[in-house]
Amino acid sequence: MIDLLIFYLSRPIVQYALIVGVLIALCSSLLGVTLVLKRFSFIGDGLSHVAFGAMSIAAVIGLTNQMLIILPVTVISAVLLLRTGSNTRIKGDAAIAMISVGALAFGYLIMNIFKPSSNLTGDVCSTLFGSTAILTLTGPEVVVCIILSILVIALFVFFYNKIFAVTFDENFGKAVGTPTGAYNLLIAIVIAVIIVLAMKLVGSLLISALVIFPALSAMRIFRNFKSVTVFSAVFSVVCTILGVIVSILAQTPVGATIVAADLAGFGICCLIGFIARGGAK
Amino acid sequence: MSYIEAKNLIVGYEGEAVGDPISFEVNPGDYLCIVGENGSGKSTLVKTLLNLQKPLGGELITGDGLRKNEIGYLPQQTPVQKDFPASVKEIVLSGCQAKCGLRPFYNRAEKKLAEDNMKRMDIFSLADRCYRDLSGGQQQRVLLARALCAAEKVLLLDEPVSGLDPKVTAQMYELIEGLNKEGITIIMVSHDIDAAVRYASHILHIGDTVFFGTKEEYLQSREGKYFLRKQEDGKND
Repeated sequence: MIDLLIFYLSRPIVQYALIVGVLIALCSSLLGVTLVLKRFSFIGDGLSHVAFGAMSIAAVIGLTNQMLIILPVTVISAVLLLRTGSNTRIKGDAAIAMISVGALAFGYLIMNIFKPSSNLTGDVCSTLFGSTAILTLTGPEVVVCIILSILVIALFVFFYNKIFAVTFDENFGKAVGTPTGAYNLLIAIVIAVIIVLAMKLVGSLLISALVIFPALSAMRIFRNFKSVTVFSAVFSVVCTILGVIVSILAQTPVGATIVAADLAGFGICCLIGFIARGGAK
Repeated sequence: MSYIEAKNLIVGYEGEAVGDPISFEVNPGDYLCIVGENGSGKSTLVKTLLNLQKPLGGELITGDGLRKNEIGYLPQQTPVQKDFPASVKEIVLSGCQAKCGLRPFYNRAEKKLAEDNMKRMDIFSLADRCYRDLSGGQQQRVLLARALCAAEKVLLLDEPVSGLDPKVTAQMYELIEGLNKEGITIIMVSHDIDAAVRYASHILHIGDTVFFGTKEEYLQSREGKYFLRKQEDGKND
């Protein structure tokens, strides 16, 4: 089995998949902590459906570079969703649910009407579940992913303290003169970029898992923001590597295998947290 | 000149005014208590004072060297904070955020300031503890220390003792009184009229009628007498 693994790992396609997987896992887990704490756990799901809707439009129009539509549409939706805050008529969770379901239905509908390809069900299925998309990455795609990921990580490190302040208490920040609106905008844009990137890897249905599981697992064990952030990044990367390797060896779907690894990791973290607290709570 | 002066200030949201025009002033060293029934516009007034929303009418002037964002704020707890994984140190330090501007990390002076304020609030020994594991009184001290990091001159406390037991409430009031004696101007929003008349130097009563004056004037006024009598009745029931 080791020989088989080494054989696979020496192939560029598998190497690409691992690089992209690790980077996306890292980026999504960094912002996952903020999103889970801000009660936006489901934004990953909502935005990936928006991205799906945008992608079907791009497919119907016949654009070769679908990113030109997907990225702007997703960014705009993210900004609108995150800026709603607490003072709107439609609350955060309802707004996400509405956009999510609406975009999904719309995307599927126009794909059905215009039928851009002969294998519609297969196409839709692979966008939703990721299927083998990660194993069909090309060199340039990997480069784009690396550049965007480095950008996201750099932004996160640079604004780490600000993101903490805005997440913990937005009103306090605003009252003492922090431009919280600008930071929320930044968070929204970064989220949208990560989700568009992550769609390739796990597909739109499973993106939420990449955002939620690392953060929740870290919060089981650690009790300050810095450790939670660092641990969720490590957790996410480890689970993704495991998921990719297992999926190659066992011929299972990549996205679903990664999520299964995340789920198992979460269980282990719950157990560790339970034991560390001496069985209380 | 006073720190804050409100002239016929009308507060409200979405264009609708809450309550009558309010006029009051806050001078250095004052201890102003804002009292009023639920729905009288206390929280809206707080938001307006903090520049979180614009006044609908009248004027709100800050002066005497107090800049707009120099009011330290002790907010009411939000549901998000109740299970937030953050250490006491991280939270207190975040009070220095506005001083950083675009600089990504805190400098030595800011870390020192956070440390000093933790000692001042007697929570330095809790620095590495998790916020959500603390008692209600300790949590309020953490947020007070954070507010002190943000502003040295004026503190605005929004219902600082809500949800605390009587003993911790008394300690909290003493702590606030101590800060006031050190020269920090206090603006406190409260339900607790008893505490207001015990600790405050000035009282702003908003609601059906508006009253502003010193504590002594308030005790003689119609609003004050009515309110105090009602509380007495409540206790005798």
